Amino acid sequence: MTATPLPYDQLKGPTTVRRLLATPTTGPLVALLLACAFFSLTTEQFLSGGNFSLIVQQVMVVGTLAIGQTLIILTAGIDLSCGAVMAFGSIVIAKTAAEGGLPPLAAITLGLVVSAVFGLVNGLLVQLIPLPPFIVTLGMLNVAFALTHIYSAEQTITSLPAQLTALGETFPLGNTDITYGSLVTIALFLLFAYALSGTSWGRHVYALGNSPEAARLNGIRTSRLTIGLYTLAGVVYGIAALLLISRTGVGDPQAGQTDNLDSITAVVLGGTSLFGGRGSVLGTFIGVLIVGVFRNGLQLMGVASIYQTLITGVLVILAVTVDQISRRKAR
Amino acid sequence: MLRRNRTIRASIGFTALAAVSALTLTACGSGAQGGSGGGGTKVGLITKTDTNPFFVKMKEGAEQAAKDNGVELVSAAGKFDGDNAGQVTAIENMVNSGVKGILITPNDSKAIVPALQKARAKGVLVIALDSPTEPQDATDALFATDNVKAGELIGRYAKAAMAGKAAKIATLDLAPGVAVGVQRHQGFLNGFGVAEGAPSIVCMQDTGGDQAKGQAAMENCLQKSPDINVVYTINEPAALGAYTALKAKGLEKKVLVVSVDGGCTGTKAVKEGKIAATSQQYPLEMASQGVKAVADFAKGGKKASGYTDTGVTLITDAAEPGVDAKDTAYGLEKCWG
Amino acid sequence: MTTADVTPVLQARGLVKRYGHVTAIDGADFDLLPGEVLAVIGDNGAGKTSLIKALTGAITPDEGEIRLNGDPIRFTGPQSARQHGIETVYQDLAVAASMDIASNMFLGRELRRPGFLGSALRMLDKKRMRQEAAAHMADLKIGLRSLTQPVETLSGGQRQAVAVARSVAWAKSVVVMDEPTAALGVKESGQVLDLIRRVRDKGMPVVLISHNMPHVFEIADRIHIHRLGRREALIKPSDHSMAEVVAIMTGALRVSDDGGTVVADADAAEAAGVSAH
Repeated sequence: MTATPLPYDQLKGPTTVRRLLATPTTGPLVALLLACAFFSLTTEQFLSGGNFSLIVQQVMVVGTLAIGQTLIILTAGIDLSCGAVMAFGSIVIAKTAAEGGLPPLAAITLGLVVSAVFGLVNGLLVQLIPLPPFIVTLGMLNVAFALTHIYSAEQTITSLPAQLTALGETFPLGNTDITYGSLVTIALFLLFAYALSGTSWGRHVYALGNSPEAARLNGIRTSRLTIGLYTLAGVVYGIAALLLISRTGVGDPQAGQTDNLDSITAVVLGGTSLFGGRGSVLGTFIGVLIVGVFRNGLQLMGVASIYQTLITGVLVILAVTVDQISRRKAR
Repeated sequence: MLRRNRTIRASIGFTALAAVSALTLTACGSGAQGGSGGGGTKVGLITKTDTNPFFVKMKEGAEQAAKDNGVELVSAAGKFDGDNAGQVTAIENMVNSGVKGILITPNDSKAIVPALQKARAKGVLVIALDSPTEPQDATDALFATDNVKAGELIGRYAKAAMAGKAAKIATLDLAPGVAVGVQRHQGFLNGFGVAEGAPSIVCMQDTGGDQAKGQAAMENCLQKSPDINVVYTINEPAALGAYTALKAKGLEKKVLVVSVDGGCTGTKAVKEGKIAATSQQYPLEMASQGVKAVADFAKGGKKASGYTDTGVTLITDAAEPGVDAKDTAYGLEKCWG
Repeated sequence: MTTADVTPVLQARGLVKRYGHVTAIDGADFDLLPGEVLAVIGDNGAGKTSLIKALTGAITPDEGEIRLNGDPIRFTGPQSARQHGIETVYQDLAVAASMDIASNMFLGRELRRPGFLGSALRMLDKKRMRQEAAAHMADLKIGLRSLTQPVETLSGGQRQAVAVARSVAWAKSVVVMDEPTAALGVKESGQVLDLIRRVRDKGMPVVLISHNMPHVFEIADRIHIHRLGRREALIKPSDHSMAEVVAIMTGALRVSDDGGTVVADADAAEAAGVSAH
């Protein structure tokens, strides 16, 4: 039988340049590089190792939260509770260590477990009831916020053991001081970049975000995967809690109040789609750097902080517009 | 094919707009900067937020003083009241940009301390404005209103105005553990001559200094004790909230409301009789003295140190004998916001 | 081809599935022979979806027996049917739109790198998956230029081809296709029918669920007509006209023991314009 081959479109194999241009992280990356070039030209202090180290150090907390946020958003969910969970985790770590007499390592472990439990509860409610992630995490935001203030009794916790702030210490690299915490954040980004792009688990996460039904029909245990993702995001928020403590040197019950939206901003700026299934943590890393570079650069230029908020808003709207347009034509 | 071209266009659009926004903002920035540059000395001002009129006035004072002293002012603010991380970031960026001194109204009096210590270790003069850090010597100097005195003034005024009548007091406070709120509250009780926990204090509620919460707090207090006749409020928004609640019950003429701040809206409310008296403070003064101190330090002068009282004045149109006060005409001239 | 001397690949006898008072499958039989395209047709509500679900493990029948290559078998879920070599192409294709073709072909069954990279680091063997995907595509003469393009950039027919190729690649016994031409235009439907022929020519039996009579008559070797929860008739398209098949499906005609048809409902038969022969 001479079957006629299906005469499919003669699509050319994409060249490297074309593929690069079609990648959702390319736009953000070019924006980041342009911003860096711009600030290098307009301020004397921007282009220096010390300043870049500072920028990374300043974005490490929100950046780490944004890793967890990326996991959730890839499943077409959203996590409004991340900042509050981190704040509660940081108070648990700080208070149990400074006032409860727990050894620092035990306190940190407890903080991670508490954060993971918040993630687990989010995941169970989203998957098993099921409830919309927006509502579940909005509720959990309030629960974690309230617990933070109840447990801390509104008091900032000072005189922490040195081990808790160790990640805030620096080491010299050339003549630049690098914070250990920055390395933790970068390592987490690399770890999750690999896990999402190089393992079956990552493939399943993307498939789940594209279509939970398709994922299930292909034998992926979507329920377990979803709950696991929320729990894992909780653990990441716990790490962010430790980084937060190391950065500020205290346990601050007021911390993290806008970090949920800041992390979503970073994820969206990095080209990850709020509709799920598209994006990457490396994009998110670029997204947090965009926010950090603009804040730092504008401040070095002496521009009032309210304009930083303005430009972040403009960039976010731009990023979701690009996402929406590229999705529509994909149909 | 079409799809790819559009993606390319979208990417280019994104970057182009990012670049344009950056350029536009530069223009805005340099516009706002106009005239305050020069001299090579930079002074940083970090306020709690940049939306509260109190801090807007503070910034105005700093800008004027920067011009007068030939220094450049860079400013930043936390994103919300209580945002410590944002202030830490601002301190780091300012130190990196080479400021000679930083003026700061700390959002968290304890949490900000490590960042300030790092700045001071690099030779930056740090002055707290409006509210102290804990410990207070974490900054080189403090330029602020004496909040205890501010409370005392309205306490003494309220005592005199009551003229011996039995007082039923409600206090609409800030939030637990915040120094400013505790000091004003304590000052008021001292001035009025009642002890904490005295039976005449019938209701204590936190308002966060917010008008809507102030109103809700007053409504709840009135539910509990309808015979309240003295209301202490942490600030004028809380006082105006309380007034709204009182008016709804027809009690606005029978209850004495006193407050602290001296904002223009608040001072007008004193003139209109909604608030009986308020202790006016001077944010502009704090900032301009702060900028001058940094400028002097840059010229080789001494580091500012210790506590400087930037003054507080009781504003009322119904002065009581024995309590120093100025009328609202004076208050409106000096008010902020 | 007769049923007597060939063991059916997939066979069912007396399947029953009840949901409360509703009987979705009412003693249904099913026979799929090696290397044939068997079309399953039936009016809406006739219960063909339930039958297919029972055969692909999505539901467990209350009574009856399923045999795979002659051996009795019991599926505990779709996954267990897949493990026994029964693959389904779902009507919505069950593809992940933003992922590339190769990733979709190996979705849920990814290959890992050999050695430490695969066992400890769980690293995917992307190259091997691409190569194998390309081999499967070539095998079915599906001409896609790049296996790294996202499925969402493909046309409807191309997506269908990817879904079919995936099922054929993994199926050891049977491929079930649910309305593969329902969402396609004339030209693309023709291409998919060609593809189904090529699958059959490879020796893989195909169960084709379809509403489209011309397509069924074009490609099916035999037609299983489902009515009121059971197999009403199993015929060859060469023995009956399309109008007769529709009449059997709606109950106007009935297949007689000698393979001809008798009128079951005179009014309906007259309305449908068919008579017994």
